[in-house]
Amino acid sequence: MRIQIAKGRFIDPANQVDRVQDVYIADGRIVGLGSAPAGFEADRVVEAEGLVVCPGLIDIAARLREPGFEYLATLETEMEAAMAGGITSLAIPPDTDPVLDEPGLVEMLCYRAKKLNRAHIYPVGALTLGLKGERLSEMAELVEAGCVAFSQANVPIVDNMVLMRAMQYAATFGFRVWLQPIAPFLARGGYAHDGEVASRLGLPGIPVAAETVALYTYLQLAKITGARLHVTRLSSAAGLALVDQARAEGMDVSCDVSINHLHLSDMDIGYFNANCHLVPPLRSQRDREALVQGLADGRINALCSDHTPVDDDGKQTPFSESEAGATGMELLLPLTLKWATEAGVPLLKALARITSDAAAIVGITKAGHLGVGARADVCVFDPAAYTPVNRDALKSQGKNTPFLGLELPGQVRYTLVEGQVMYGG
Amino acid sequence: MRNPQLNKHGELQHLLTLDGLPRDVITAILDTAAPFTEVAEREVKKLPLLRGKSIFNLFFENSTRTRTTFEIAAKRLSADVVNLNVSTSSTAKGESLLDTVDNLCAMQADMFVVRHAASGAPVLIAQHLQATARDHIHVVNAGDGRHAHPTQGLLDMYTIRHYKRDFSNLVVAIVGDVLHSRVARSQIAALTTLGVPEVRVIGPRTLLPTEVEKLGVRVFHDMSEGLRDVDVVMMLRLQNERMNGALLPTPQEYYKIWGLTQEKLALARPDAIVMHPGPMNRGVEIDSAVADGAQAVILPQVTFGIAVRMAVMSMLAGQ
Repeated sequence: MRIQIAKGRFIDPANQVDRVQDVYIADGRIVGLGSAPAGFEADRVVEAEGLVVCPGLIDIAARLREPGFEYLATLETEMEAAMAGGITSLAIPPDTDPVLDEPGLVEMLCYRAKKLNRAHIYPVGALTLGLKGERLSEMAELVEAGCVAFSQANVPIVDNMVLMRAMQYAATFGFRVWLQPIAPFLARGGYAHDGEVASRLGLPGIPVAAETVALYTYLQLAKITGARLHVTRLSSAAGLALVDQARAEGMDVSCDVSINHLHLSDMDIGYFNANCHLVPPLRSQRDREALVQGLADGRINALCSDHTPVDDDGKQTPFSESEAGATGMELLLPLTLKWATEAGVPLLKALARITSDAAAIVGITKAGHLGVGARADVCVFDPAAYTPVNRDALKSQGKNTPFLGLELPGQVRYTLVEGQVMYGG
Repeated sequence: MRNPQLNKHGELQHLLTLDGLPRDVITAILDTAAPFTEVAEREVKKLPLLRGKSIFNLFFENSTRTRTTFEIAAKRLSADVVNLNVSTSSTAKGESLLDTVDNLCAMQADMFVVRHAASGAPVLIAQHLQATARDHIHVVNAGDGRHAHPTQGLLDMYTIRHYKRDFSNLVVAIVGDVLHSRVARSQIAALTTLGVPEVRVIGPRTLLPTEVEKLGVRVFHDMSEGLRDVDVVMMLRLQNERMNGALLPTPQEYYKIWGLTQEKLALARPDAIVMHPGPMNRGVEIDSAVADGAQAVILPQVTFGIAVRMAVMSMLAGQ
């Protein structure tokens, strides 16, 4: 299948290209930009006038809920959601059931995903067996099976000696360690940011210190062990300041933020909206502003959906009894565009946070760029159209998100994976 | 985002919290309660305002006192009252909160009086009723987690108004475990809405919510400073499980520093009244000499509570 994407605004952040030009695809690869290679005859022309053509998006945190939570979502439903969101590569946290601590399990997941032939998946293995924080997982075997990094998802290791050993072991091989900064005792029993809103609503709070205390520990241990640390889902200004400080001291550390924390604060909990029950908690407006700025100037490296399908049973309960999480893959691009507009970030730079910069965190070279010869994972979207967020429109089995009822800027028109149109048209 | 306790005309549909409830609504409830206090003194303590109405006391958390006062209030208005202690029935079998509500709706409930251990549970029920177009059913919050206990807050306002007449020149101190107290949150909301110029909270830092000053109160840790020249002292109950541990070392130390004694009360204005939502821990947050003393209005609070609950129920569901 030879495809010509015609007259689109081609944006490839990795190569710093932003211009109107045609894209020529053959055999799953980009074979020409601007002008067709000799003898190229398109089987199909995708008209993209007025549309943006960019690398397929990379979501570095998307829970597909398999294995173990198939009642919440399946690979089939979530892969459709990824396609609808223009996402062609995604990293999967290990908090499945059983958790991703077994090479066989990871192989099975990769096999299932490959068979579906949608987005490429990059499993993140469990740093410790069962995420229990006691015994190390077989990291070398897990990498052979397809894992790209190791994490504890939202289950922090209580014993710092185990954490240090896990980081040392990972550092032995140069494996990436992705950690969510949660100090277990400081976060225990809390459901919302410990501030005015939680105090007013009588929701047990989670102080910012739950993030900063853990983060400081992680940074210190990464320094000692030489582990390649990536900090997931920053939520606070103070947390970002710690990352800044570590970098100023010469540490190589990356971090990300979720679409929810980029756009919402604890005020959005309103009258106990359980869709705003998230990990980490939505923090203050001041924290949100720091995250917006941090992502704009690149101190926060990537934006992710933190896609976590939760069903109505998990949300139609009092806030503190509800399940944390929100669906997000289909909102990743619209919320990136919304942020870019509001923060005055040029499109090229904004798209980098969900393509090339995200690729660097996962450590993949095959995705996130569209030079000649690159794998033809492409997202074509209409920046002037709007994406309605409602239960019928969402492809994901998870219908719960704080953005329900809104119309967000941008609409994915085509998603190509390895040169095949998998969505749109 | 519509205030879930008001209907689309801005009228009171449910009573869920006093936070954000307009001043004239609060005043109207207190005004409505006044004549109901006399009903209790009649030979026949009954009014026909809620005749034929079914009120379900839906208690997901144990309570004898509050449930009883709601039951008495409903019966004095001639309603049929059904008491459900759900902590021991359906949810133990895995039924969800909203399933329980739907089942009771199918039994033609007119009003739910809800107590729940989780903050926001009655709000969820009200939102559910609204989403399913059952606007004829009312919800009264009888205490949810740490969030709100609006009828307690209202009866406290009734009591203050009874003894002090005017809110606009008062200094009120709330003493004790504000952090875990739904009563304190409702009191603070009502007092600030009614225009009390100075609301104080007094307690150790471990028992005061983060940024509590943003709720409109002055924060004190020292009783001798906090009680100085106050007109109303509102004591809070200290739960047993919070007396020994990481929040407080011992009840003895708590009593020594924050327990209300005659000596500390003497720092308040001589005509200050002392209130307590009950049940009291004598010798922990309050000394018996104060609890039984001339300035205590703790038992009148209980009596007024029935009238206030009658007012709320009749305003919501009465003809």
